[in-house]
Parts: sequence; C-alpha cells; structure tokens
Amino acid sequence: MTFFLQLVVTGFAQGMVYALIAIGFVIILKCSEVFNIAQGHFVLIGGYLGYTFLVPFGLPIWAALGMAIATAIVMGLIIERLILRPLLGEPVLAVIMVTIALATILGGLATLLWGAEYKAYHGLLPTITMKVGEISIPSESLIGLIVSIICVVLLMLLFRYTKIGLAMRATAEDLQVVQSVGIRATTVYAVSWVIACVVGVIGGILLGGVSGANMDLANVGLKAFAVVLLGGVNSIGGAIFAGIILGMLENVAAGYLDPLLPGGGLAQVFPFLVMIIVLIFRPHGLFGLARIERV
Amino acid sequence: MGLRTGTFHENYAQDMAIFHSGLQWGIAVAFIIFLFACPLFFSDRILTILTTMGIAVISVHGLNILTGYCGQISIGHAGFMAVGGYTSAILCAKLGWPFWVALPCGALAAGIAGLFFGLPSLKIKGFYLIMATIAAQFIIIWTIIQLRSITGGADGLSVPKPAIGSIILSSKTNYFYLVMVFTCLATLLAKNIVRTRAGRAFIAIRDNDLAAEVMGVSLWSYKLQAFFIGCVYAGVAGSLLIHYFSFASTDQFPFMDSVWYLGMLIVGGMGSTTGAIFGAVALKLLDELVTMVGPILSAAVAPQAAASLALISHGLIIIIFLIFEPRGLHHRWEIIKAYFRLWPFSHQEIE
Repeated sequence: MTFFLQLVVTGFAQGMVYALIAIGFVIILKCSEVFNIAQGHFVLIGGYLGYTFLVPFGLPIWAALGMAIATAIVMGLIIERLILRPLLGEPVLAVIMVTIALATILGGLATLLWGAEYKAYHGLLPTITMKVGEISIPSESLIGLIVSIICVVLLMLLFRYTKIGLAMRATAEDLQVVQSVGIRATTVYAVSWVIACVVGVIGGILLGGVSGANMDLANVGLKAFAVVLLGGVNSIGGAIFAGIILGMLENVAAGYLDPLLPGGGLAQVFPFLVMIIVLIFRPHGLFGLARIERV
Repeated sequence: MGLRTGTFHENYAQDMAIFHSGLQWGIAVAFIIFLFACPLFFSDRILTILTTMGIAVISVHGLNILTGYCGQISIGHAGFMAVGGYTSAILCAKLGWPFWVALPCGALAAGIAGLFFGLPSLKIKGFYLIMATIAAQFIIIWTIIQLRSITGGADGLSVPKPAIGSIILSSKTNYFYLVMVFTCLATLLAKNIVRTRAGRAFIAIRDNDLAAEVMGVSLWSYKLQAFFIGCVYAGVAGSLLIHYFSFASTDQFPFMDSVWYLGMLIVGGMGSTTGAIFGAVALKLLDELVTMVGPILSAAVAPQAAASLALISHGLIIIIFLIFEPRGLHHRWEIIKAYFRLWPFSHQEIE
C-alpha cells in the first residue's frame, strides 16, 4: 500500500508538470488553432537553459529562472513572427509540418549549443522535504508541484483580470468578432506563443532539476499531447486534470507492470496507448467540446 | 494545363493518357534505359545512394496516395515500413521462406497494420489523426522491441541475402536492379491508382469529405483503402530496405524518418506522383550533401556540428518550402515545362 501511495504521490507531482507544459499547447491551440508539435522542444531548450544559467554562469536560482524566462519570451516572439505569421490561414497540414520543422531546428540548435550531452544540475534547486506518514515526497517533485501551481494560478489571473487575457479568451471564442472590435489578433498570437515558450521552459527547468537535461526531455512533449487529448484540446482545466491523471497512471503502471515485461520501458509507450484509446472512443477528450460540423 | 502546340485531345482516353505524345514516350523510355545502364558507369557508392533513393521513392508514393491524394495525414510511415520489413525478415530468417514470397507477405502485413491504425481516421481528422499515427509509430516500434523471441528485440535480426530462383542478390548492382524494377512498377501503379475510381474518390475525400459522402463516396471504404494502399507501399519499401542491409533493426525506422517522408512529400509537391519522386530525390540529395559537408563543419566548428547541421537543414528546408513554395518542386517543374512549351510566346496563367 505504501508503494502504491508513493507512486501516486510522485505521479501527482510529475503530472502537474505535464499539465503545465500541456497548458502552453492548449493556449496556442485555443488562440490561433495551431497544433504546436514543438512544445516538447521548448521543454528541451528550457532544461538546457536552466543548466546554462545555473552551472556555467553560476547564477542564483531566482536570477537563473528570470534569465530563462526572458530568453523564452524572446524565443516566442521570434518564432511567432518569422515562422508562424507567414502561414496564417494555411491548411492544417502545413501548419503542423512547420511546427515539426521548428521542433527539428530547436533540436538541432540544442545539439549545436550543448552537444546533446547529459547535463546534470541535480541539487541546485532549493530543497524542501516533506513526509506524510510513511510516504516521503521527493524534494524535486514538491518544487515542481509548487512552481506548477503558482504558474497555473498566475495564468488564470492573467486570463481573468487583464486586458490581454480578455482579448485572448475572446480570440479563442471568435476571431472575426475580435477583429471587428479592433483587437489585434497578431498581438494575441504573439502573446500566446510567448506564454507557451515560458511555460515550456519552466517545465524544462523543473524536469531538468529532477533528472538532468538531455535530449530525451523533448519526449515530454509527446506526453503533453496525450494529456491534451485526454483532457480535451480546448480545455485548460481538462489539461490540468488529465495531466495529474496521466502522471499518476504512468507511475503506477510503470511501477507494477515494468517488472513483468522483459524489455520494460512501459512508461515511454504508455502515453501513446492512452492516446489511441482516447482517439478511438472519445476523440474530443474528457472535457473538450465535441465539434459538430455543419455544411 | 496547356498542351503542346499541335497536340489535340479528341476523346476521354486521350485526355486521361499518361503520355500525350511520342516525344514523352521517347523521354520516358530513354530515362528508363539510362536508369538501367547506371551500374555500367557509376561507382558502388553512387549505386547505394540511388538504391536508397529508390526505396524512399516507393515509400513516398505510398504516403502520397494516403496524404497527398486522400488527405489522411500520417506521421507513422516509418512504423508501417517497420511492420513490412520485419515481417519479411522474420519469414526469411526464421522460417526460411524465399525472398519473393516474403516480400508480398511483408507488404500485406504492413497493409493490415495500416487498416488497424487507420480505423480512428473514420472518426477523426487533422491533428487528431496525426497524433493517432504518431502513436502508431511508437506502439509498433515498442511492440517489435518487446517481442524479443521473434524479432530479436533491440539487438536486431540478421537476414540472409535475398535470392530469386538461383540468383543471389549479393552485389550492389543486382540489388540496384531489383529496387529500380520495384520503383518503376510502384510509380506506374501509383500513377494508375489515382486515375481509377478509387483515386477519384480519394481526391473527393481530400477536397471535402462531407461533400464526397453526400455524393455517394463511401468514406469508410475509401479511407481504409487509402490506408491499405499507402501502407502496402510502405511495407514493400521496408522489406527492400531490410533485405538491402541484410539486417533488421528498429534503428532503421526512427520517428524522424516518418517526418522526413512527409517532408519529401511537401518539398516535392503533395498530390502529384512526379512530386513524390522529386521530393524523395531532392531530400536524399540534401542528406548526401549534409554527410559530405558535416565532417568538414565538425572539424571547423565543433564535433556536434554535423548532427545539428542535418537537423537544422532539414527543418529549414521544410519551413522554406512551406512559406515560399507550398506547392513544391512539382509546381516549379510545371512552370519550367510551360515556359519551354510556349516559348517564345511565354504568357500563360498556370493553375
């Protein structure tokens, strides 16, 4: 029982980070109807940025986080302006392929700048230990959990109480109406990409703090897709819920089934099994809107 | 598209013909003769490049029918190639079946895998279908690694050299001929499939699936047919690839290859058999360029520059084509042809 609870708690914290990354994806999707395959690579870049600012630069954690976020903002603006803007209104395949190409380029840049090597910065994040009964919650997971919750709350506040948040919600609702009342849709797109980059990078630093930064961080993006599909592609609340569920399921499944399977590695393929099942039985996810097509 | 001056079509058969004039027949025959004369004056290295190009062309033809004509986007093509390749490898290596029986079986197995993973396409499209096919890629590769007793798992599986009758295809020249025969047949078949009833149904589904259904095109049947045909092509390409290296390993079918096949389709021009060939050849040439320039760059800049150059150049070329020439090389080729056809009266709108 302790083993089970331990898996669930670790899974919960991990799932919260997945949820954070998935939110970046959902925001871009809601605002500009772009499916951003490169979300995982923002995480990758984030993991390596965290390493760069913490280890070679030797910055304190808060300064490093600030620098990484600043880099993410610049990155988001450049990506939106140079790559996505020319493809406004193109068919879905073109837009998806361009984000895949973007993912490849980011992967290439990470290889060039950091040599695709394993960079550990374990123990540089602040440590908090907590014990509930017999279950000890690992410090990194707890940090991840806290930071993710702070980010999610900040995003909620942004959407609820600021003008740009309102504009973003309105754009998600109806692009034509937004344009007719004089809101610049391109600004909304740029902000959505910036947010996606920032949450991706923060997620990368959190995950990098647990297991170090390497090229595998990009695969977290694939888990984020499973989260998004499970929660419903256009629901932020759904993404949070599904992220937690998937994080727990993955940990429990890996904990109990991996010893039974010869090759192991169920955790890697698990998100895809979830994805296929969701796509076959409930394509719009748990909380998404079922799209009704009209001619 | 205008015709050459002096060529007139008087009936439907002429309109639908692949070759409109004696000149086109001549060029096609000359090209095929040139292709089969290649081993006479090219080195083994160039033959290797041409062989892998041929395999890529077969694979991209399949993807073109599925994605370019039927509009069902698949980023799991390398996974389906793996199904075909591993099936024929297992039949050859473990059961001792002859190559020419194992290859169609591999193709069939890939087609059936395609049918299975194509099932979600009946309910979903666009991004959702892309995610389903990405999932297919990873699930297939994971399954192959898990079934260690049959497939050799992560260690791979060595396959005997393919033989047809008493001829053992051990040299590069032999295998080059085999692949080229398959490539030519695959091209001809692809060109003809899109002229049939099924091909027209695919195009109708791609352009507007609701309208197609209202017109009486059975989405259920034709979407699955497209998946089956596309994946059979992938299966043939996968078996050819595995028998070429006499070794089957999951590393030969990485996820990124699935992306490159789609990239080839975009660079070449979607929904065009010629485009599929152009795209496969162009990106394979780019690959070769990268392998040539990579070591120089690695020595000059940093050891990891070669790997990153490959990734960045591929990503950039896809982005550049999507932004500046979304209709691909095929469209450029048509413009060039039209220019010469109409010269010196070079003014015509090209669709």
